[in-house]
Amino acid sequence: MVSKGAARAPCGSASNALEVEGLSVRFGESIVFDALSFEVPRGSSLAIIGPNGAGKTVLFKALIGALPHEGSVRWAAGTRLGYVPQKLDIERDLPVTGDDVLRAKAKVTGAPTSDVARAIAAVGFSASSSRKPIGALSGGQFQRLLVATALLGEPTTLLLDEPTAGVDEPGQVSMNETIARLCRERGLTVLLISHDLSVVYRYASNVLCLAHGSKACFGAPTNVLTPTMLEGIYGAPVAYHVHEDRS
Amino acid sequence: MIGGLDAGGAAVAIGTGIAAGLVGCFALMRRMTLAADAISHIALPGIGVAVLLRIHPMIGGVAALLFGALLVWTLEQRTRMSTETVIGVVFSMALAAGSLLATGDELIEALFGGSGRFTVIETLVGIAVAAVVVTFVLHQRHRLVLALVSPEIARTSGIDVPRLNLRFLIVFALTIALGLRYVGVLLIGSLAIIPAATAKRLAINLHGMLAISVAVAVFATIAGTYVSHVLHRETGPVVVLIAGGCFVVSLLSRRCA
Repeated sequence: MVSKGAARAPCGSASNALEVEGLSVRFGESIVFDALSFEVPRGSSLAIIGPNGAGKTVLFKALIGALPHEGSVRWAAGTRLGYVPQKLDIERDLPVTGDDVLRAKAKVTGAPTSDVARAIAAVGFSASSSRKPIGALSGGQFQRLLVATALLGEPTTLLLDEPTAGVDEPGQVSMNETIARLCRERGLTVLLISHDLSVVYRYASNVLCLAHGSKACFGAPTNVLTPTMLEGIYGAPVAYHVHEDRS
Repeated sequence: MIGGLDAGGAAVAIGTGIAAGLVGCFALMRRMTLAADAISHIALPGIGVAVLLRIHPMIGGVAALLFGALLVWTLEQRTRMSTETVIGVVFSMALAAGSLLATGDELIEALFGGSGRFTVIETLVGIAVAAVVVTFVLHQRHRLVLALVSPEIARTSGIDVPRLNLRFLIVFALTIALGLRYVGVLLIGSLAIIPAATAKRLAINLHGMLAISVAVAVFATIAGTYVSHVLHRETGPVVVLIAGGCFVVSLLSRRCA
């Protein structure tokens, strides 16, 4: 849990789930990003966008204390994190099933066994799929397994690193709706890395744009997702769909 | 009695089989298959030094293995190289150094193992170490699975991943030390990896993999000890050949457990 991590003091403001100040990460001489500062209010959703190599996943790793960094990362007292990684390091041909992963997460976080079935049901992942080796799951099933795993242990904040990567279009829509519903129902704070600007526009309270090793923009999607800003970040015009029923 | 082993020796042999079967599964899943062979080589210079100092060779071997585990972990943390790379570089050098330090019969026995009688102390220490290894893997298996799947998921679940990795390396080194006595430096890594590779082909979930791996490792250890005694051959090669036979059979079989 985050409260056990080093160099992560509780937030100064009770209304914030996360406060980041002057955060910098370097790999040798190479600066990934420098002097990053932002806040994430409780129950809000922050989307992190930027081109490949901008340091989005590195930012997540720094936030959970998995990478050496400068600056301060302050999580609200009692924060419990659920993490959906962009990819797994595990070989896909191992006889490790969804059940093995879910049970492991439940045991480690002290969640009751009944929570496994609840988490599976919450994300629309079938019990029969959970008995399959993870290498035999489709892209959509696999991502649902990861989200179900993240939900175990009653997290207060979810870190989602491209949670619909490798999922087909209908699957992405369904997955995004599921995540949004769960966050609404459970009052979760969400940090989301996504390349899908339509999703960012629809679901995010705020957007943090990373480019060229620094914060290129921060604010509500309606304010910062402008064609000029996006062209400055990605180096080319970017198209996205604006949902009228943004919630 | 099993082959040339008395009851105490047989208990250590079975304990080694169980420990190797369990640890081997996680070593294989952590892509340490080649490292398992290489890491065992660090025991050799320790055995050589122990012989020179006229102390029990296994004390030198175990000390060298534990030092090696700590060295690998430190290099991994400082350089962020993969475990496979670090072990490949460090422990292959250890084999060369050990070959120079140990000579004659001691070298042959260290490389390929030997049966002979276990002293009471050897038996008790062997059983205790096997119990430590088995307890660690069974107790920590959920943490090991999460760290294997994703270090980020593990970390946000409250697991100190670097510390868990160090403890796994130490337990792995202890398993290698357990098998040195009769399987030998060159082949003990195989006793950990081949049963796990067999189980990987046959199992349909993690518990099935652990169970099959233990069964194959214990069978290979017992059968290998008996056959080597009957044929008057070194124990290690026979044990590993029997484990290898199980793997070949698994190639013809379907997943079952």
